[in-house]
Amino acid sequence: MPWNHKPENERKKLKKQDSIPRQIWVFFCSVKLTVYTLVLLAVTSIIGTVVLQNGAPQQYVDLYGKGIYNLIQVFQIGDMYHAWWFLLLLLLLCINITVCSVERLSLIWKTIFPKQLRFNPDRFLKSRTKQTFVVPQDAQKLARSSEAWLNSRVGQVHRQKDENTFLLYSEKGRWTRLGVFVVHASVLLLLAGALIGAVFGFKANVRIDEGGRTNQVFTARTREPVTLDFTIQCNEFEVKFYDTGAPEDFRSNLTIIENGQESFTKDIRVNHPLRYKGINIFQSSYGTATPNAAVVSIVDNVTGRETTQTIRIGETIGLPDDQGYFLLQGFLPHFDFRNNNLGETFFGKVDLANKQGFQIGLPVKFPTFDKMRKGRFAFAVKDFEKRYYTGLQVTKDPGVWYVYAGFILMILGCWVTFFMSHQSFLIAVQPQAGGQVTIHLAGKTNRSARDMKLRLARMAAQLENQLTKG
Amino acid sequence: MNSSLALSSATFIYGLATVFYIGFFAFKKEILARTGFFVLAAGLLLNTAGIGLRWVESYQMGYGRAPFSNMYESLVFFSWTMAMLYIFVELKYREQGFGVFISPLIFLAIAYASFDPGISSRINPLIPALKSNWLIAHVVTCFLGYAGFAVAFGLSIIYFVKPKQPDKGAIASRLPAWELIDELTYQMVVFGFLFLTIGIITGAVWANSAWGKYWSWDPKETWSLITWFVYAIFMHLRLMRGWQGRNLALVSIAGFMAVLFTYFGVNFLLSGLHSYG
Repeated sequence: MPWNHKPENERKKLKKQDSIPRQIWVFFCSVKLTVYTLVLLAVTSIIGTVVLQNGAPQQYVDLYGKGIYNLIQVFQIGDMYHAWWFLLLLLLLCINITVCSVERLSLIWKTIFPKQLRFNPDRFLKSRTKQTFVVPQDAQKLARSSEAWLNSRVGQVHRQKDENTFLLYSEKGRWTRLGVFVVHASVLLLLAGALIGAVFGFKANVRIDEGGRTNQVFTARTREPVTLDFTIQCNEFEVKFYDTGAPEDFRSNLTIIENGQESFTKDIRVNHPLRYKGINIFQSSYGTATPNAAVVSIVDNVTGRETTQTIRIGETIGLPDDQGYFLLQGFLPHFDFRNNNLGETFFGKVDLANKQGFQIGLPVKFPTFDKMRKGRFAFAVKDFEKRYYTGLQVTKDPGVWYVYAGFILMILGCWVTFFMSHQSFLIAVQPQAGGQVTIHLAGKTNRSARDMKLRLARMAAQLENQLTKG
Repeated sequence: MNSSLALSSATFIYGLATVFYIGFFAFKKEILARTGFFVLAAGLLLNTAGIGLRWVESYQMGYGRAPFSNMYESLVFFSWTMAMLYIFVELKYREQGFGVFISPLIFLAIAYASFDPGISSRINPLIPALKSNWLIAHVVTCFLGYAGFAVAFGLSIIYFVKPKQPDKGAIASRLPAWELIDELTYQMVVFGFLFLTIGIITGAVWANSAWGKYWSWDPKETWSLITWFVYAIFMHLRLMRGWQGRNLALVSIAGFMAVLFTYFGVNFLLSGLHSYG
């Protein structure tokens, strides 16, 4: 049974004398090709969920070895969903969908939009699901009330008289045959939207310290700088935690500055981005920024005196008794010391008179750390004003509306295709000898024949009830 | 009555329903299937109550959130959607036999949620990424989709248990006819496909509002797409190539394996954005 069924495709069978363009066309309009393409897409998609994506070369070598890394490079498996062969598969699917749709649409166009509605009574009356009952009344009158019933139940009725039999035909949902084309068009539309986004949009990240501002962001894939038409200023970042320690809320208070003027200020949170002039700004991460200054205590181990003062980062101060200088160089949120993370740490450089300068680390959580160096001066950070930076994802995606339109069409198309159908009904009012009238009710559908059978039984009961009452 | 008591009782009652359905299959007593159905319905009632109570309890704890945000809650909800769908199908088509293949799935999902020590049933507050109106729409549609595929899977199994023309009086003759299974499997796949599609779409729209990307080839996303591909293949094979019977059932079974991997495999074996369930 598999692969060789379906008479509808007969027409497309290749003949030897077919021209080459025709042969290509026939190749692309096969459902077999669709199935193979979908299978290939499904199977190859697995690779990217198992093999590390967008890693550094060294990571691949460590994970898989040099030989496999070369293979990964050749087939771009490190970024497989953007690899040429994967995109080619998607393109193949698109061509396949287009060609199949054009071919099928041209085949059934006349069915969907007939110039004149025609029906073949025999096809209905010979169907196995036909319902029949007998009513002892005047045929003309029965035909009239049947017509009224069919009209209210289904739609406009077409009459035909065949000898002394009244034939009443009505249908609905002919347009639903277009549903499947809507689904396929939606796939093309959303892939087109993705393409537009990839070509004309960007996805970038930027870190802004509290109090800082920038108009430059860096693309996620290539780290290229992109200059925005406006400047983003982060006034404040706030993170809230639940009692359990899990994060509850991340919030950045941003001001947009245009032409040197503050335009507006807005809070952004996860799930509540800022959209402005086609640019979307999302809360994506946060961290500790380099503080401006620290309160540093300096203990002179010779005199035993302690001095405490606030030092700005980059500032040099003189040590007590003109013994030298101390420069507060910088800050690291995590300081790795002999494989221990000592946490937030300031760095400084000590220049003692007539001696080589050296660097010291001042972990905030371990104030006695520098004392263990056993130098003349022991430094410790007493306090500092903690500052955050906010990590923003900044995107521009002019294709997103096409993608969303594709989404809506896909849902509507699926609904129409799966749950609606083209249904046609025929009632035959057939006078018999002896004043009896036989009523036949038959129906056809392009979808579930089983549903049609049940529906016909229900409708026949209703019609019989209606006719015998009247 | 609290949510954990309701859900434990639901687990037990689903287990009981499974026993009745298996009993019906083994002993061919109509009464067992009927009892099984009512027991299953009782389980569904408790399952519903459990989910509702958990929702209320989260408000009492001050978190106030829908109960769809971790592995435990999703498993409980998965049982609920499967039970709901199965009961609907049994009522509509008046076929009881295949409950023997669905009720174990309903029982296993909720039992796994309760008994695996790695799965916490605590009500935890929502992390910021999950605080969105899309949460309910996304989870409900995805699990309706999964439930459709689960019932389709149960039906597909029948093809391999029951011969096309079983001997009169054989156990397999109690199961629905091939023709009906074919129709029902298709209906369930269609149902699942529509909801999986909506589930993926709501997820994409949500991701776009949370992270600025509607698609980032995260393993969960990728696997849901793979699942979607498998069922798209199923549709094309059935509607365009006339596949049916055991061949098509194999595709439906493969599809359900993809569902299971999307659901469990991705969480336990791969890492990504979607670590909450």
